[in-house]
Amino acid sequence: MTYLAKPRLHHPSLTTNKVGYTRRDYEGKISTLCAGCGHDSISAAIIQACWELDIEPHRVAKLSGIGCSSKTPDYFLGASHGFNTVHGRMPSVLTGANLANRDLLYLGVSGDGDSASIGLGQFAHVMRRGVCMVYIVENNGVYGLTKGQFSATADRGSKSKKGVINSDSPVDLIGMALQLGATYVARSFSGDKAQLVPLIKGAISHGGAAFIDVISPCVAFNNHAGSTKSYDYVREHNEAVNRIDFITPRSEITTDYAPGEVVEVLQHDGLTLRLRKLHDGYDPTDRLAAMNHVQTHQARGEVVTGLLYVDPDASDLHEALNTSATPLNALGRQELCPGAQALAKLNAALR
Amino acid sequence: MKRIEAVNDFVIKFANVNGSGSTSANELFAKAILRMGVPVSPRNIFPSNIQGLPTWYEVRVSEKGYQGRRGGVDMMVAMNPQTWDADVAELEPGGYLFYDSTRPLPPSKFRADIHVIGMPLTDICNAIYSDPRQRQLFKNIIYVGALSVLLGVDGEVIEALFAEQYKGKEKLLDSNVRALHLGRDFAKEHLDAPLGIRVRRADAVGEQIFVDGNSAAALGCIYGGATVAAWYPITPSSSVAEAFQKYCARYRVDPATGQNKFAIVQAEDEIASIGIVVGAGWNGARAFTATSGPGVSLMTEFIGLAYFAEIPVTIINVQRGGPSTGMPTRTQQADILSCAYASHGDTKHVLLFPEDPHECFEHAAAALDLADRLQTPVFLMTDLDIGMNQRLCQPFEWDEAREYDRGKVMTAEDLEAGKDFGRYKDVDGDGIPWRTLPGTHPTRGSYFTRGTTRDAYARYSERGPDYVYNVQRLLKKFETAAGLVPQPVLRDATRKTRLGVIYFGSTSPAMHEALDVLTDAGIHLDALRLRAFPFPQVVAQFLTDHDEVFVVEQNRDAQMRSLLVNELDVDPARLVRVLHFDGTPITARFITQAITQHVHAEAVTSQRKVKDHNLRECTA
Repeated sequence: MTYLAKPRLHHPSLTTNKVGYTRRDYEGKISTLCAGCGHDSISAAIIQACWELDIEPHRVAKLSGIGCSSKTPDYFLGASHGFNTVHGRMPSVLTGANLANRDLLYLGVSGDGDSASIGLGQFAHVMRRGVCMVYIVENNGVYGLTKGQFSATADRGSKSKKGVINSDSPVDLIGMALQLGATYVARSFSGDKAQLVPLIKGAISHGGAAFIDVISPCVAFNNHAGSTKSYDYVREHNEAVNRIDFITPRSEITTDYAPGEVVEVLQHDGLTLRLRKLHDGYDPTDRLAAMNHVQTHQARGEVVTGLLYVDPDASDLHEALNTSATPLNALGRQELCPGAQALAKLNAALR
Repeated sequence: MKRIEAVNDFVIKFANVNGSGSTSANELFAKAILRMGVPVSPRNIFPSNIQGLPTWYEVRVSEKGYQGRRGGVDMMVAMNPQTWDADVAELEPGGYLFYDSTRPLPPSKFRADIHVIGMPLTDICNAIYSDPRQRQLFKNIIYVGALSVLLGVDGEVIEALFAEQYKGKEKLLDSNVRALHLGRDFAKEHLDAPLGIRVRRADAVGEQIFVDGNSAAALGCIYGGATVAAWYPITPSSSVAEAFQKYCARYRVDPATGQNKFAIVQAEDEIASIGIVVGAGWNGARAFTATSGPGVSLMTEFIGLAYFAEIPVTIINVQRGGPSTGMPTRTQQADILSCAYASHGDTKHVLLFPEDPHECFEHAAAALDLADRLQTPVFLMTDLDIGMNQRLCQPFEWDEAREYDRGKVMTAEDLEAGKDFGRYKDVDGDGIPWRTLPGTHPTRGSYFTRGTTRDAYARYSERGPDYVYNVQRLLKKFETAAGLVPQPVLRDATRKTRLGVIYFGSTSPAMHEALDVLTDAGIHLDALRLRAFPFPQVVAQFLTDHDEVFVVEQNRDAQMRSLLVNELDVDPARLVRVLHFDGTPITARFITQAITQHVHAEAVTSQRKVKDHNLRECTA
């Protein structure tokens, strides 16, 4: 980490987005993570995505659990409210926050310990319920903050920094998210900003339960030979299924693409995702095919990345519960209290 | 042979098999007496089971309005062969045993000192009905019919109740009325009626309503403005969430849009339930969860977070018998300490103790206000006895002018005007800081909420002075709470006394009855009914003003007494334990006996002391 704060003064020529903010307005406190930590790259990607999508920082609520990853919401979007909850329980707090005010954007940041071990139950159920959110797991396969124990996403046979071979099967968060009903499922790599930023933007504009598993190497405890979550390993085994080229409101398909090379997905908020296929025949709107593809390639030791699945007709928990368009936290006594007359009637029925 | 003679003052107990449909018939019986203007207090004593195990329904009829469990049974309706022996043994001498005489029982199965009334219920049903389920269900209505004749309950009142219940379902109405008449006709023709115990029309019910505490608490959450409820099914609290759902459907659907002004989530466990409530509370919606002791155990980590990060949370704890799975369908007040100090580190929480459904309603709405005002978890401590049983109580009241107290929430205008915002800063001396809700202002008022230590401006800090400032402020906030919670209710003895008694929650009706009995016996006690923790000043004063104070509670370890000793530094020797903890609701008889014994024993001891003293003086 560095202790040298960047000056708050902005250069007058910094570009502002449509809502009048510069990219720097999306920054947070100085990171206290190790230099070179993948998590800081993810924070930078979140900043980039929010700035590019013209999101007002204060309309984002950042929630996290406990661990290195869960500290990061302090390091981006400083003008947003954040909530560093308890270990493994961010999904429930995010669910409650989302129910209270459907008008904000909910960003859940978690780690592999937080989501795949102690929080596996809540991870599963938040996906089942289809809470509208962007859920990012900063996945390094190791417990960083407690100095190097294996986490539940560490691959069987991978080696710890101390030389121990992991004998447990890994928890496959992508497989679970696909099976449990997440409507936007992606995997990326903290070292590939060009891929990650559009995936985050796609998740933000999705309108349902969006999950991104980001392999994010731990430079202190899991970046050695024998690890399957190191920079080198992921670079060598990265198999992207597609690339999101750009997202614009319903722009025309340019002639640069060969027929069948592009899939377009109209998102909840009217934006269109334009996916350029990198794998022949990969259809990101087919959940079963996605599960099959990911499993097959994972078995070969490949790290499958890209937008693995998206449901263009996603719905969310508010839709299922038929909650009012006015956020619940904006309703007052007038709207909520049935009043004395109704109570008198009720009393009469109880005699 | 002695015959119990009593008008409008007796206990009748129904022994049934779980799942046989007896509860609704028994409720019908209780409600009919109520409609005759005579107060009743029924108690459903049921097992953790859906079908087959024994279940009882005990109805106390009391024109004086005593709602506590009395103890002893004057009439047993013995419909369950499994529990026959114990049921027969439970009857008071001179009492009445009503049973199904279809199959003959040997004389050894009865007692010489009770009156036996046999009725061939199974034969009657088999002769009329061919469907097994109908035989079962109507058997219950037939015995209600017979009992109504035996006890002088007006048949027309029961028919009127049927008419309300089966409005628009004429076929069901007719068949129930028919079964009722079958029972009544048989009793008139073959049985000696009325018995020595009977019901006579009175005017002792008045404006009171008949409702269970869980429904009342749910309704309190509706009136108190709760919009988010998250829960996990657990006896005896599940009906709180179910009632909330029912009332929401009635009162909270926008007629114009058809949209819901509520969100209810049946979560995957209690941890997620409280997490959802914490998230909603943080984001400015009034939220609650309903659970019981095992659920609170699971929630404790989050309760600590809500205490330390200062987030409004309302938890309804319908207490049952502990520890562990304990007695899931029996009642206790045994979560006092585990809730008062829930979670690791130095924590203290606000507890409310409603005495009946009327207060369940009132305290639930109050809890939502207090949680917002104090920005902390607030527990509504009910129990199975008041939660799951219908109880006669004062009607619900709501002041039309009442506004919700949302506490110290800074608005966008406040922030825009440059008002200083320190999330954990005490600005007006009550220990309560201001908060902001997410999304309020583009550049001001955001902060990072966390369970780790921080300074007054919510910046991460492990500095000693920052920590001490924060936790001392939380103590000050707790002192503020003592003035905001429902205050104790004092009931002075008719004459000056050095004895006092403290009680709370569902103990109330038994305690009130015991006080009457004790006064008649010449034992005078000033009584204080606690309605909340932290203890207001008047509690300490009450303890100072009396030489000895009985603390009556329904747990083994005298948890409320411990809390009083711990929080008020009172000499433990002056607090006398009166403890009832077998899972049944406490009775007036039990309290009276315990207090009487202590007072008498003490009188003997103090006389002896005087004698010893004199003796020593003489020797000297």
